[in-house]
Amino acid sequence: MAVTDAPRIVTARIDHPDSYTLERALATGAYEGLRKALTMTPEAVAAEVDAASLLGRGGAGFPAGRKWAMLRQSPVTYLVVNGDESEPATFKDHLLVERDPHQLIEGVVIAAYALQVTRAFIFLRGEFALGLERVQAALNEAYAHGAVGADIFGSGFSVDIVVHPGAGAYICGEETSLLESLEGKRGFPRIKPPFFPAAIGLYGEPTVVNNVETMSNLPWIVTNGGAAFAALGEGRSTGTRLFALAGHVRNPGVYELEMAKTTFADLINAPVLGGGVRHGRELKAFIPGGVSAPWFGPDQIDLPLGQDEVGAAGSMLGSGSVVVMDDHTCAVRASWRITKFFSRESCGQCTPCREGSGWLERIMERIETGRGRPDDLDLLLDACDNIAPGLTWPPQQTTICVLGPSIPSSIHSAITMFRDEFLTHIKEGGCPHG
Amino acid sequence: MSGHLGPDILARARQLISLYPEPRSALVPLCHLAQEQDGWLRPEAMAEIAELVGVTPAEVQGTASFYDMLHLEPVGTYLVSICTNISCMLDGGLELLEHAEEHLGVGAGGTTPDGKITLEEAECLADCDHAPCVQVNHRYVGAQTPETFDALIEDLRAGRRSDEIPSHGTLIRVRRDGGLRADPEQVASERAAMAEAKARRAAEAAEAAGGEGGS
Ligand SMILES: Cc1cc2nc3c(=O)[nH]c(=O)nc-3n(C[C@H](O)[C@H](O)[C@H](O)COP(=O)(O)O)c2cc1C
Ligand code: SF4
Ligand code: FES
Repeated sequence: MAVTDAPRIVTARIDHPDSYTLERALATGAYEGLRKALTMTPEAVAAEVDAASLLGRGGAGFPAGRKWAMLRQSPVTYLVVNGDESEPATFKDHLLVERDPHQLIEGVVIAAYALQVTRAFIFLRGEFALGLERVQAALNEAYAHGAVGADIFGSGFSVDIVVHPGAGAYICGEETSLLESLEGKRGFPRIKPPFFPAAIGLYGEPTVVNNVETMSNLPWIVTNGGAAFAALGEGRSTGTRLFALAGHVRNPGVYELEMAKTTFADLINAPVLGGGVRHGRELKAFIPGGVSAPWFGPDQIDLPLGQDEVGAAGSMLGSGSVVVMDDHTCAVRASWRITKFFSRESCGQCTPCREGSGWLERIMERIETGRGRPDDLDLLLDACDNIAPGLTWPPQQTTICVLGPSIPSSIHSAITMFRDEFLTHIKEGGCPHG
Repeated sequence: MSGHLGPDILARARQLISLYPEPRSALVPLCHLAQEQDGWLRPEAMAEIAELVGVTPAEVQGTASFYDMLHLEPVGTYLVSICTNISCMLDGGLELLEHAEEHLGVGAGGTTPDGKITLEEAECLADCDHAPCVQVNHRYVGAQTPETFDALIEDLRAGRRSDEIPSHGTLIRVRRDGGLRADPEQVASERAAMAEAKARRAAEAAEAAGGEGGS
């Protein structure tokens, strides 16, 4: 496989240094998709998105068109954009909000029109100080331009958009937690069923929650048609997608690639993409879709970047972030740090998640710092099994949200792939990597 | 408890409240505003926010304590966050944090005696291609080595970065131009419909509960 010459759908504008201004956005076609959408019926716009088979880009990969069709009929409905982006190693929405806020806003108005929603919220993680300023400035410009607000472009359709800052909590990326947070509460996830946002969402009203990148695809889809989008990629993985590449590669960064047509090997090694493992080292392992995902080894590097392909291989494409670890990496340390993250970010509502993450973190820390005990590996796997029975993938659901069952992924992967390293830590009373 | 928030902050707080279906939604944004004024969340500020959004001061405090960016204790002028999560860990994040602790003479979570710098160990800050990632008052300052880190701290202490990095608490310097523009009548009828739907659901729930109780 190779890097294809698919069009850049969501990153077409970002090479311009002033890509975030209205002037540059208009000079490069911004709001043309919205103008076109407003000449269509809302149903026809939704039909294009459905035809595009646009999979949600936030992590779960649910088709946007189907989600929209599930929105319960009600006098009041809301649209909420998920820009919490806190899954470790994920940094694609960061790029989109800072570098192309008008594309996001245009996508939000198109979705609002298709859904006939009159108020939309863009929830951005609070740590995006610059992103919050860029989106607010762009929103002010878009209102003045007549692209948001009352009677948009003379069409009679009106929608208000509100930029909402989060305040630092990973769990608020989970959509029901995000809605709680947007209601001014602690970000405790709600149990599904019955609290599917499309049925019972913000203040109990039906709500569509979509990711920033999902929204950013809409202007292109409306302009070029859902069929043109669906013609890219393969199978269910249509269009292009942003991949955030981090870790031990020469060129970490965000790359827009045609889905399923490119492999992990291309992403990591192609000179125009990752450029290969740095310092002439070898690949040890990589995480294919955010730290909730089970790890892959070098023998899985030829898998295509497609949702179903990665799923069938026992992991997930998740949030589109790939972390590369070279052969000098300590697998114990890496999985310990990921576990520590989950332990810090568990909201504490469910016992397996709250207690389990703390237990696992303490055992992992003691192994990494040389105080591991001979039966610690069994203890770890036993605790993992208590959180996600059977350690299957996808994991069994034992908790309110899927944060809990995601916790064992890294430990289970690390022990399965690098058991000897754990044993060496325990036997030699320390980390051989120093 | 009113009177603690200054007139400008208060006016912006009222504007924010008007943007949401219910005032309580503005709770977190209002906490950010209070931090812009005071650098952290003073009890007086939380009490005033409670009044503004119609909840108790305890509810404001209980909610705020859930969020890492809302500080119930004073914070230094500059909050320096060092990410040690996976991508940054692979690129020396833990070592940078250790260096910072030594250089500043405080552990993660601590504030230097001059009140200038608070150090924090952060989870992923979504800038993993600039590892190890550092933010100051939630503004990215790029990947740091121990050497560049020390220079950064010197610059902060000397006030040389104050134009691009406002003091802690100021998050969004761009203000929203105006309130909601969609037809006020439409918004009003929307709110009425929402209240009606809510009442209907409550009645249905009561009926269901009553039905169960009776059987
Ligand atoms: C623990 C957890 C964290 C999540 N974090 C995010 C996030 O930061 N951004 C995001 O868009 N979706 C996140 N999601 C997924 C959302 O719940 C939801 O599926 C998504 O926002 C829907 O948008 P999409 O269909 O456009 O992908 C998270 C889910 C879980 C369980
Ligand atoms: S699984 Fe964990 S994060 Fe999710 S609701 Fe339960 S305790 Fe909270
Ligand atoms: S892991 Fe450090 S910024 Fe993402």
